[in-house]
Amino acid sequence: MREFRYEKATDPAGAVALLAGEPEGAYLGGGTNLVDLMRLGVATPDVLVDVRTLTSTEVEDLPDGGLRIGAAVPNADLAAERRVRERYPLLAQALLAGASGQLRNRATTGGNLLQRTRCTYFTDTTMPCNKRAPGSGCGAVTGLHRNLAVLGATDEGPESAHTCIATHPSDLAVALRALDAQVRVLGAGGERSVPMAELHRLPGDDPSRDTTLAHGELITAIDVPALPWATRSRYRKVRDRASYAFALVSVAAAMDLDGGCVRDVRIALGGMAHAPWRATVAEDALRGGPATEEAFAAAAEAELAAARPLADNAFKVPMATNMITRTLLQISTEARS
Amino acid sequence: MDREITLEVDGAGRASTVDTRTSLLDALRERLGVTSAKKGCDHGQCGACTVLLDGRRVNSCLVLAVTADGAQVTTSDGLAGEGPHRLHETFVDHDAYQCGYCTPGQIASAAGVLAEVAQGWPSAVTEDLVAERTELTDAEIRERMSGNLCRCAAYANIVPAIAEVAVEQGVRA
Amino acid sequence: MTATTERAVGSDVRRLEGPDKVRGRAPYAYEHELGAQAVFVALVQSTVARGRITAIDSAAATAVPGVLAVLTHEDAPRLGDVVEELRVLQGPQVQYVGEPVAAVVAETSEVARDAAARVQVTYESGAPDVVLTADRTDLYAPEQLMAGFETDSVIGDVDTALAAAPVSVDVTYTTPVQHNNPIEMHATVARWDGDVLRMWDANQGPHNLVPVITEAFGITADQLHITSPHVGGAFGSKAFTHVHQLIAGMAAKVTGRTVKVELTRQQMFTLVGHRTPTIQRLRLGAQPDGTLTAISHEVVEHTSQNAEFAEQTATATRLMYAAPARRTTHRLARLDVPPPTIMRAPGETPGMYALESAVDELAVELGIDPVELRLRNEPARDPERDVPWSTRNLVACLTEGAQRFGWAGRDPRPGVREDGRWLVGTGVAAATYPTRRRPSEARIQAVPGQPYVVSIDASDIGTGARTALTQIAADALRVPLDQVDLRIADSRLPKASGAGGSTGITSWGPAILAAADELRDREVPPGGLTVTGSSGPGEEAEQLSSHAFGAHFAEVRVDRDSGEVRVPRMTGVFAAGRIINPVTARSQFLGGMTMGLSMALHEQTVLDAGRGHFANHDLAEYHVAAHADVGAMDIHWLDEVDEAHNPLGAKGIGEIGIVGAAAAIGNAYWHATGRRVRDLPITPDRYFG
Repeated sequence: MREFRYEKATDPAGAVALLAGEPEGAYLGGGTNLVDLMRLGVATPDVLVDVRTLTSTEVEDLPDGGLRIGAAVPNADLAAERRVRERYPLLAQALLAGASGQLRNRATTGGNLLQRTRCTYFTDTTMPCNKRAPGSGCGAVTGLHRNLAVLGATDEGPESAHTCIATHPSDLAVALRALDAQVRVLGAGGERSVPMAELHRLPGDDPSRDTTLAHGELITAIDVPALPWATRSRYRKVRDRASYAFALVSVAAAMDLDGGCVRDVRIALGGMAHAPWRATVAEDALRGGPATEEAFAAAAEAELAAARPLADNAFKVPMATNMITRTLLQISTEARS
Repeated sequence: MDREITLEVDGAGRASTVDTRTSLLDALRERLGVTSAKKGCDHGQCGACTVLLDGRRVNSCLVLAVTADGAQVTTSDGLAGEGPHRLHETFVDHDAYQCGYCTPGQIASAAGVLAEVAQGWPSAVTEDLVAERTELTDAEIRERMSGNLCRCAAYANIVPAIAEVAVEQGVRA
Repeated sequence: MTATTERAVGSDVRRLEGPDKVRGRAPYAYEHELGAQAVFVALVQSTVARGRITAIDSAAATAVPGVLAVLTHEDAPRLGDVVEELRVLQGPQVQYVGEPVAAVVAETSEVARDAAARVQVTYESGAPDVVLTADRTDLYAPEQLMAGFETDSVIGDVDTALAAAPVSVDVTYTTPVQHNNPIEMHATVARWDGDVLRMWDANQGPHNLVPVITEAFGITADQLHITSPHVGGAFGSKAFTHVHQLIAGMAAKVTGRTVKVELTRQQMFTLVGHRTPTIQRLRLGAQPDGTLTAISHEVVEHTSQNAEFAEQTATATRLMYAAPARRTTHRLARLDVPPPTIMRAPGETPGMYALESAVDELAVELGIDPVELRLRNEPARDPERDVPWSTRNLVACLTEGAQRFGWAGRDPRPGVREDGRWLVGTGVAAATYPTRRRPSEARIQAVPGQPYVVSIDASDIGTGARTALTQIAADALRVPLDQVDLRIADSRLPKASGAGGSTGITSWGPAILAAADELRDREVPPGGLTVTGSSGPGEEAEQLSSHAFGAHFAEVRVDRDSGEVRVPRMTGVFAAGRIINPVTARSQFLGGMTMGLSMALHEQTVLDAGRGHFANHDLAEYHVAAHADVGAMDIHWLDEVDEAHNPLGAKGIGEIGIVGAAAAIGNAYWHATGRRVRDLPITPDRYFG
């Protein structure tokens, strides 16, 4: 691990000011991913500005019935928060499906969204990786990629500087994507709000960038808008172990039913892409149509038509199709009972 | 870069000079001579380093020691009072370990689980997310303890060891 | 020889070191010399699979404040005549990704690791060759297999018998590279006290290390002192000397300090061995009534460029079932990989997975219940060695297990049981593991009014040996447990075999009995009396075929949408000789079975064909079973005593629990889904394959 200076600020603006002058500095939240990456030599900040408890650790009601979640709220506390459990079951379930009890106690809401990919070529500094070492190529497309992206990836071959098939590892982000959350960000130029849809990006021709945040911008809170029918929602995660493993495929879904019809629906996928993947094709196909298993399956297949899997991750296409179908079916069954 | 920190480790105030890079785990093992928290992966992937940091279970390998300045750290050893903690006794009685290396982390984690359940925290296997009370069933123990790997695979003995204490603490019928 | 008195042996004694272990006060290797001003070692590893180092620039590392030394092949101390795989830092050649090419010694672990990242190494390298296939043209037959087994065995005309068999199966199974991954990473603390090398080390028996380390450093056995009081699991990886122990000795010599070497979890994947991958073709021929007429088991596995590791994968097939025509073969590919090593039941674990899966497939072809098929092929004598069994109770294990599990009335049809979205099935497999004893010596010191000091360089890697040996000694000396002061895991104690091959109790126990016999009927003078005893393999090794046996039953549930696999319950029944301590023995069986579950569902290390490295090399990407993966485990053993093999009547129990467990789960997976997965592990993606 490279030597670094450790700094604390007295408030978020102070932290932003500290980091503004440190091009190689970084914010330290719970540290559950950053310290891990520093120890591997993947992240090499020369200054750490500790923001773990600096932003809000509170969950507040918004006037519209939504919630404002302080960026410093630990994952465990957020999952245990009664308003989250009551209003947004998929959000609590996503948090509880992630990591372990110990990690959830330490990891923050803001930091969770900024996790880096667990692609083994990214975390091994001796391997080519366009995300870690831009221009070095991609080791994963010809190597271990069983749990990497099938949607929205860039694959121009192993030598290309654009190629990246990384997945985003957060479960929380998938649920927040389905809920159309807004991420409040403080930068040197003031505060702004970034829709979850715009926070994470696809690799495009620059895999090194996971998000649209500029250096030094600090997540201060997440606003989750009211969605009364999110009480009928689910987060379903498929993983190699029964617990304590990253998603192979995950589905965050909520559905508003009008008798046998889908009035509205939200579907987001995890483990499938460089960013939490909003299944808009499937949503559009379902909205206003019948809430039947056949319709769910057809919508899922339509969404996955864009998948471009490699040899060892092709299973994610039928797995995701099944899990979208199954999750929607469970929500509709529960709604009827 | 060196920094002076103080920690309260298992009830005793300890001062130490640490590198900013030093993890809480390495501060305990390599500087303070505390052997209860173990290193099994150094990346939050095994749970052997679990301690209670200001009362909450965490992976001490991923906590930078400088960030814990002034904090209260409780290892499995520190759970003991005049005599052993009940978890110490039930782990021995149920042979809930073999090599014993992951064990202090399992026990610190179990102590955390019992506290979390007492507060009504749900888990990924909790059927009713909004229930007021959570019962620490076998399935709940397995899920909540999954951040502590045991390569000797004493899992099926760890579950009853924790269950026995859960009953005593009123979080299991 | 006097039989034990049965006072302590057979009773539920809790682990003697338990109270210390649960609090974290029992010291493991790295936790010694806490007060010493120890220094720390970090390794620099090769990034190429084959080649030569053309330049090493350690200037930037040396310049880091706190760095004491950087050892490279150019300046590291020369080692004596050790085997090729241990010639670390002795030359520019590189034979696998991850091979140590430099070692940094520094005042703190943080500085050592930072400096190690600054060592610049330039290589001349070639394309790696790491892919094992059954049709490689360079496969070769090793002269012999590990543990001295013959490479091949042939009885009768197998091909003719297979061609003539009314019913047959011809199936190929693969098992991936697996890693032992004890939770305690390998660690060594070393210091030179004058010309004496003192080591606190994580291993499976200090005496195992003595020949190599004394040779490496040109010292006598008296100049080496290794202790290992508590070891955090091993499963084979800590049996032999590895390069980090030699680096520790070198670093201590160069710096004159107490040095600490602790491998990182990532380094555990390259520097302390792995289980070889296997490709196994099984052909079985049978009469319509299930009588086997031919068994053929052909194994392909890998070894490294710098060592020949020939795992005895098909040797269990030589004794499991009766059949007039039989053949086993083993072929190796020498690849650019780190040296493999032993991992819990090397040979039996992958081999019995394949055999017991093939037997299940044959049962399906025959339309015969898989328990019944095994009963019909029970051999009266060892079918290849043609000697009697010392004890063989496989039949009783199968019938008892079937009864406990509720096997009777099982619908043999696959893919027809549903519970909600779960597909449900059950499976069975048999288990076996050889019973052996190895040469060991023990010493007992008797002083009137004091506990007996019983000394033997045995090792407790979590097996419960410390407790079981104390029980054995107490009975042999006819005293309560607290009158035995057992000393183990120290190279200066009487030489004993290492903990491995499930030989601990059968080797160490009789040595203690022999020493106790020397004491019997002798008056202990006021000044005390010291006696010794020894034990080793006897005529039984030639005249009898001695093995433990067992049977596994598993229920498997497969999610019909996701392919997720759960094992809600397993039953294991074992016939493994006299059980010394039921509490710790149960944990041994339980641990083995659970590791078998882990092998069936989770474990695989992936070799990157282009770069030659193990692509997944930590505990987030190499999955071992977690709490949530393990359901109800029903463990049972039969009342068996095998005094024809050794005076304790015991057999080894550390490994048989894993043998066959993966097959029972794979067979249940087929019964649940109708899909036969022949490539481990059975991860969710296999459902969509």
